[in-house]
Amino acid sequence: MKTKRLIMVAVGGQGNLLASKILGEAALLSDVPVRMSEIHGMAQRGGVVESAIVLGAAQSPIISDGSADILLGFEPSETLRAINKCNSNTYVITNLAPLPPFTVTIGKGKYPDINLIQKLIKEKVKNLIAFDALDAAKQAGNPMALNIVLLGALSRADILPIPKKNYKTAIKSRVKENFIDINLKAFELGFNAI
Amino acid sequence: MHPLLQENPDKKILVLGNEAIARGAIEAGVSFATTYPGTPSSEISENLFKISHQTDLYFEYSVNEKVALEVAAGAANSGLKTLCIMKHVGLNVAADPLMTLAYVGVSGSLVIITADDPFMFSSQNEQDNRFYGKLSGLPVIEPSSVQEAKDMLIYAFELSEKLKEPVIFRTTTRINHSSAFITLGGIKERKTKGNFKKDPLRYVTVPAVSRNLHLKLLKKIEEAEIISENCEYNFQKGKGELGIITSGVSFLYASDAVEELNIADKVKTLKIGFSNPLPQKKIQDFLKGCKKALIIEEGEPVLETYVKACAQQAGITIPINGKGKNLFNLHFELDPETVKEVISSYFGFDYAPKSKPDASNIPELPMRPPNLCSGCSHRATFYEMKKAAQSLDIDVIYPTDIGCYTLGFMPPLNMGDFLICMGSSVSSSCGFSKAIPGKKVVGYIGDSTFFHSGITGLINAVFNNHNFTLVILDNGTTAMTGHQPNPGVNMKELGLEQYQQVSIENIVKAVGVKHVAVIKPKKVKKSIEAIKEALSYKGVSVIIAQELCVLYAKALKMPKGRPFYVADKCKDHRDCINEVACPSFYIDETNKVKINADTCIGCALCAQICSENAILPVPKS
Ligand code: SF4
Ligand code: SF4
Repeated sequence: MKTKRLIMVAVGGQGNLLASKILGEAALLSDVPVRMSEIHGMAQRGGVVESAIVLGAAQSPIISDGSADILLGFEPSETLRAINKCNSNTYVITNLAPLPPFTVTIGKGKYPDINLIQKLIKEKVKNLIAFDALDAAKQAGNPMALNIVLLGALSRADILPIPKKNYKTAIKSRVKENFIDINLKAFELGFNAI
Repeated sequence: MHPLLQENPDKKILVLGNEAIARGAIEAGVSFATTYPGTPSSEISENLFKISHQTDLYFEYSVNEKVALEVAAGAANSGLKTLCIMKHVGLNVAADPLMTLAYVGVSGSLVIITADDPFMFSSQNEQDNRFYGKLSGLPVIEPSSVQEAKDMLIYAFELSEKLKEPVIFRTTTRINHSSAFITLGGIKERKTKGNFKKDPLRYVTVPAVSRNLHLKLLKKIEEAEIISENCEYNFQKGKGELGIITSGVSFLYASDAVEELNIADKVKTLKIGFSNPLPQKKIQDFLKGCKKALIIEEGEPVLETYVKACAQQAGITIPINGKGKNLFNLHFELDPETVKEVISSYFGFDYAPKSKPDASNIPELPMRPPNLCSGCSHRATFYEMKKAAQSLDIDVIYPTDIGCYTLGFMPPLNMGDFLICMGSSVSSSCGFSKAIPGKKVVGYIGDSTFFHSGITGLINAVFNNHNFTLVILDNGTTAMTGHQPNPGVNMKELGLEQYQQVSIENIVKAVGVKHVAVIKPKKVKKSIEAIKEALSYKGVSVIIAQELCVLYAKALKMPKGRPFYVADKCKDHRDCINEVACPSFYIDETNKVKINADTCIGCALCAQICSENAILPVPKS
């Protein structure tokens, strides 16, 4: 298959490491080679976590600026910040529920208008899917399932050669027993959100 | 059972590079491992620590890297298969034993992992530790991928056993923190009982012995060179008259570039996995068939310099380049596109880089710097220090050290003025306070860092009669790298009985510090008073601020305090936000200060500083 490069950006605690493990597992089930790398700037202390997931023939585990085929953003301002990873053909899928950084919450910085964020992303890339994934996660029964909602949306966008059922199998193998139902529901809600 | 212990040869599992390395150690039959934690190496030891509780593997968190390597030297010279793990700057600390251990060698085997950090994702510099191979004369092995990280570690042990020398295993963050599927291999049996045959003329490095040992080492280097010539990890791929020589993760970027530029019939690649000593003949043979060569490596021109020397010796005059203008940088890391662009421009292939989005109309986005956790006691201590200094009306220089508390250098705390390496807070305080007479100096150091290399500086301070205050931020764990144990940790809390706890207070008193105060930073008034006394003391004074790290307390399942809220009495002067800046604060839609009850851990710092007494515990419902 042609190499597909996916960048995931999230704020520490949003569960993107689990999401990338599930995606990796689903890729294996689909016989798609996968390599990933992650950089967390002290994630536990509120920093940004960026994972690169490379599916297909390429061997490099990282993704250069301008090279992402897909950008999966867990937080809208972080999605916009990561726009340098995109090119005009990049597919951007982003959660729209903001998680303002501390500087903003204490009134020492300004969070950009959410419509402006959408407008800016839209003018720079061909495809944008943006929705309130936090709301869907809450509907599924746990705001922490935001990561799985986004995987659902990724599956629906149908850019990767990974069948839906393999995501679900991977979720079942990676998520704690008593959270499986909530997460499967979250996955479906994400799948149907777009 | 720990997943890295499974016996399932040929099974594929998804692992982090560091887990692959830990698995490599298990497959190789390592029976003894030592470390001092440091990103990006930490997960290797975290896994081996857990595994050691389930098997007869001996593992220890040593006090620092020098100690770790010396402990390992003892084990490896008792015939055991020994692994010693550290981050790149850790090898500076261990450089002293390293250099002479190279003379002495090992009777079993020893692999020293140095995890380098190009771009300094979590380090104070990006030094290139391949130089330590040249400096010490020891073999260097460099994996390029997660699978190789496992396989080549096993190879490194075989090499060490054959040469009877330690082997340096050099990774970079992109190996340590990448994940991929690896294929498991079989697990060799662990030999856990060593023995030592006395042989002072081999082991006791007085000058007369060392002269012989140096000659022996030089012979070993020659032997290693022959192995390197035939090593399967130094291999050629592709064909053509243009040549690339590369190592480490750069090999992957180069391979992708050659593939994607569709030039595999014009460009051949020599991949170096055994990078010291380099295979001279292999390199010369490779160059002979080339019209032009490009060396692709991160960091320093280690390969490049050597390849040029090889070419000169063989009378090869083709252009050979790596670092330079329009080529590769000496700083930061490489990435696939940069490598592709340089390959195409250097060799003259067409390539139009993908157009990056125009970012000119993107407004400045609010930054998201890491912050001390809600309720972190360091914040309280920093605040109290500031108040104490203000009330004494003194201006202070604050050398700091390596740990979560380094984050205190940011506003509004501004508690960090100087930092170069582990332990530097103490000794640089000695320097500042002598060099600037009358200036107050306060050093900050964490518990783990104090054990690592703060104690010697403190003894120096007492002996030379220096004048400063040292604050030891004792949060009962090595927090920043992921809560590893250190000698001050109460290991019983982790259910581990075989350890003894070392008291920081006793050490400080024993080295002769006359003014020592232990504070509980959550008690604001008392702490400020104690700090004021320490600041007023002439000579070396020490404050030990004791409070468990909140994340660690959470991991130990300790009850969290009742959260606080801001009552209507609040007069909105915002001292809490402006001076304490706990991340649990926020400003709500009506422009009022609020506390996020989900993240507030109830440390009560803010409540104690609010002059209106407007911050109160949430009533029990
Ligand atoms: S009590 Fe105050 S300072 Fe402590 S965690 Fe809660 S909000 Fe932060
Ligand atoms: S991990 Fe512990 S020491 Fe580090 S910032 Fe959080 S509470 Fe403080």
